[in-house]
Amino acid sequence: MIRAQLPALLVVVPLLAAPVIVLARRAALAWALALAASWSSFAIAIALFLQVRAAGVVSYAMGSWPPPWGIEYRIDALGAFVLVLVAGMGAVVAPYMRRSAAAEVPGERLYLFYAMYMLCLAGLLGIVATGDAFNLFVFLEIASLSTYVLIALGRDRRSLLAAFQYLIMGTIGATFYVIGVGLLYLMTGTLNIADMAARLPAVTETRPLVAAAAFVTVGISLKLALFPLHFWLPNAYTYAPSAVTAFLAATATKVSVYVLLRYFFTIFGASPAFAEVPFQEALLALSAIAIVTASLVAVYQPDMKRMLAYSSVAQIGYITLGIAMANRAGLTGAIVHLFNHGITKGALFLLLGGVAMRAGRASFDCLAGLGRAMPLTSFGIVIGGLSLIGIPGTAGFVSKWYLVLGAIERGEWWLAVLVVGSSLIAVAYVWRFVEAAYLQPPGPASPRPGEAPLALLVPAWLLVGACVWFGLSTSFNVGGAATAGQLLLGAR
Amino acid sequence: MTPQVAIVLALAIPVAGAIGIAACHRAPNLRESVTLAAAAGMFGVVLTLVGPVLEGSRPALFVLEALPGIGIAFRVEPLGMLFALVASALWIVNSIYSIGYMRGNKEQHQTRFYVCFALALACTLGIAFAGNLLTLFLFYEGLTLVTYPLVTHHGDDEARRGGRVYLGVLLTTSIVFLLTAIVATWAVAGTIDFAPGGILGDAGLSNAAIGGLLALYMFGIGKAALMPFHRWLPAAMVAPTPVSALLHAVAVVKAGVFAVVKVIVYVFGPELLAGVRAADWLPVVAGFTILAASVVALRSDNLKRRLAYSTVSQLSYVVLAASLLVPLSIAAAALHIAAHAVGKITLFFAAGAIYTASHKTEVSQLDGIGRRMPWTMAAFAVGALSLIGVPPAAGFLSKWMMFQGAALAHHYVAIAVLAASTLLNAAYFLPIVYAAFFRAPPAGEPAHGEAPVAAVVALMITAAATLALPFFVQVPLALARALAGIGPN
Repeated sequence: MIRAQLPALLVVVPLLAAPVIVLARRAALAWALALAASWSSFAIAIALFLQVRAAGVVSYAMGSWPPPWGIEYRIDALGAFVLVLVAGMGAVVAPYMRRSAAAEVPGERLYLFYAMYMLCLAGLLGIVATGDAFNLFVFLEIASLSTYVLIALGRDRRSLLAAFQYLIMGTIGATFYVIGVGLLYLMTGTLNIADMAARLPAVTETRPLVAAAAFVTVGISLKLALFPLHFWLPNAYTYAPSAVTAFLAATATKVSVYVLLRYFFTIFGASPAFAEVPFQEALLALSAIAIVTASLVAVYQPDMKRMLAYSSVAQIGYITLGIAMANRAGLTGAIVHLFNHGITKGALFLLLGGVAMRAGRASFDCLAGLGRAMPLTSFGIVIGGLSLIGIPGTAGFVSKWYLVLGAIERGEWWLAVLVVGSSLIAVAYVWRFVEAAYLQPPGPASPRPGEAPLALLVPAWLLVGACVWFGLSTSFNVGGAATAGQLLLGAR
Repeated sequence: MTPQVAIVLALAIPVAGAIGIAACHRAPNLRESVTLAAAAGMFGVVLTLVGPVLEGSRPALFVLEALPGIGIAFRVEPLGMLFALVASALWIVNSIYSIGYMRGNKEQHQTRFYVCFALALACTLGIAFAGNLLTLFLFYEGLTLVTYPLVTHHGDDEARRGGRVYLGVLLTTSIVFLLTAIVATWAVAGTIDFAPGGILGDAGLSNAAIGGLLALYMFGIGKAALMPFHRWLPAAMVAPTPVSALLHAVAVVKAGVFAVVKVIVYVFGPELLAGVRAADWLPVVAGFTILAASVVALRSDNLKRRLAYSTVSQLSYVVLAASLLVPLSIAAAALHIAAHAVGKITLFFAAGAIYTASHKTEVSQLDGIGRRMPWTMAAFAVGALSLIGVPPAAGFLSKWMMFQGAALAHHYVAIAVLAASTLLNAAYFLPIVYAAFFRAPPAGEPAHGEAPVAAVVALMITAAATLALPFFVQVPLALARALAGIGPN
């Protein structure tokens, strides 16, 4: 009985947890509720992943209104894979929050913080689970609005500005998206994504479709911080509370990538209109520029959190590069990197949260001599950094392998050179940390010797372990990504 | 013990040793005992594999599937056997030497030093036994990373600069060229397993593509120090001398030339390359590296730097010999890996002993030092003669086979290069020996004796091995011949 309701429960559990948390008010109770809800969501996501693997596609008619009239929740191989990442990150970050948020968020607002976290999680899961284009917009707004609040709760006052910046950009993005959906509704008369995909090839008037594709692409690109629409991201990541940065870096942009994949392959893939404008070529060029410039900018950041934020812009470039390659290896690389980069950046931001707790912030002058002061944290950052570079034995290597393979299969050697060459820029910024932590004596700003509390270290090291595990035993991440990629390519 | 268990143990013992060393960081004597025990244990395990390999068996072990269709897998063949044998035997001697050197110079962070050393040996064995290119690449990059803390051991600005060059060159070449080459091989051949005769024969590549892919591999294996990607090796000399001795004269650099020979023999296959004019550039580049590095060595006054450039030059002997593609020269390449290893480690041991006893680093300071450190300088002379190729020292045999191979291949340029470099070797080594024994020490210098006994014992052992190798050459020679497909005569 309950098995059939899982797609709804996945979203409903965290969504309802939010008002319950507001009613509970006490910080400890609020945290316990958030923890329970996020772990339940993770369990549901895993159950759904197994269901999808066995049955193909899981479809759920909300309120028993059959699609395409009612809202359909539709989870396929790609959705299930992304759901595991999002819910998994939610489950890992939740236990981390108790100590980290207590240190960074004013005590009287903690319950609101947890409530917003639940709304954000519900929104992100909803985006992936729903099979309805307008419902997707609703969840996009739920996730975005709660994100603005979460960022604004950072202890630095600049977090308000960062949240405002993101609010403006995010709202523009959402507006563009909904304009695109409106145009699509106009031309097809449906909002159900699968139904839309089936009707689009028959639409003969292509100009509104091109406009719709343009609006949706730009709107989503804003949300996923595709160069040059990334300007909100570095500030948002830098000034948000540590746990929020980790959660957002691992999930928010990845969910936007999911939406882009949905539109590019499932919806527009079969439409001749999509071929009229060189979307893929534009995406390829922008990704290439993103990878190189954002990596270079990252090298020169004085603050490690900000450095990793720019690195995220570059790494998102790898994902969109794989999407733009649009062949099997490239798409597998994109989807697997969505997962691998999620866990890698999650691990790194969680570890930096520990540094921020001990040293107050994470600028490079605080990191001098960190290898002695916080050995476990430092070593974890090094492993995460190796995964960013793509050293074999880490998750990042697996992504790189498929992206290079995709480039070679297209016969475009410059793309292969771009992918491997840009890893060297990652070496440069990762080694800034290594030299600071291990080859510099502690400075006045360095933290006194002493590790971060276990409540922070354990979740972070869980993800560090995942970086290594998914680099050596790849049946889940590569298997999941390859299945999803095949599904998308089959759709077009 | 089955061969599969031996493969696992050969990798697990140094890793377990590293953990044990870290656990004993408060008791230096116990810690060094763990190092010695791990080294001895690993050598013993490696020895058990020699018999089966010589009998023609190729023990294999599949660990896990890392990417669909590509596993982390090991397969012991003659070349890897020879490399593993050399590296594990010399680790024992080097550990004895390290104790004398590190204590004699009162070095900091000794625990980290021994831990990284043990891990470096684990990676070396992983490279030696790798069954496919992915496994090789995994341990190859691992070796770069675990040796980085050893190169930057002193933690000062000079160490940081050296570390940057070291990491920069090795990671750049391996990520940009080697990884691309491996992925391309997978894309065109559908396999990256090492197979006798090569895997690219049926891929239908054009001549130009083969030449290009060969370039990606040869320059991608930066540890082989083919010019212009050799700068990391002199930069690595900022490390304590035991690191230069075992890692940057044996394990790391030999991992490079080992990979070069392995790729030529097991990925391309000599037959495929022999039929392609686009591969002809390789002996030229190797020959140029041999001569150019020798000239730089001749002009270096710093002893370790001179030795480093000598290593660059000697590594290209191996590349040159392998690139001649006739069975005899391939066997010579394999044998030279062993012969150069014992000779060069002796020279580095001597350089470190001189530094420990007298704090001298420059060649021009060594007048008359043979009178104060007779054992050390005698060992140095033996190592030098071996590298020049004077019989009966070890280097003679491999060099002789190289000359024969070059003659068989009718590659007269190679013969000329070998002859010229022999003269250059003599020119940069013999003056040191002459100055040490036949010039008077400068007046008013504080007197000193030999280095700590552990260091002297270690360098005597390797010097003796250099002299004795030609008399016990059956095993290495048999392995080298098995690699080249020449039956026992």
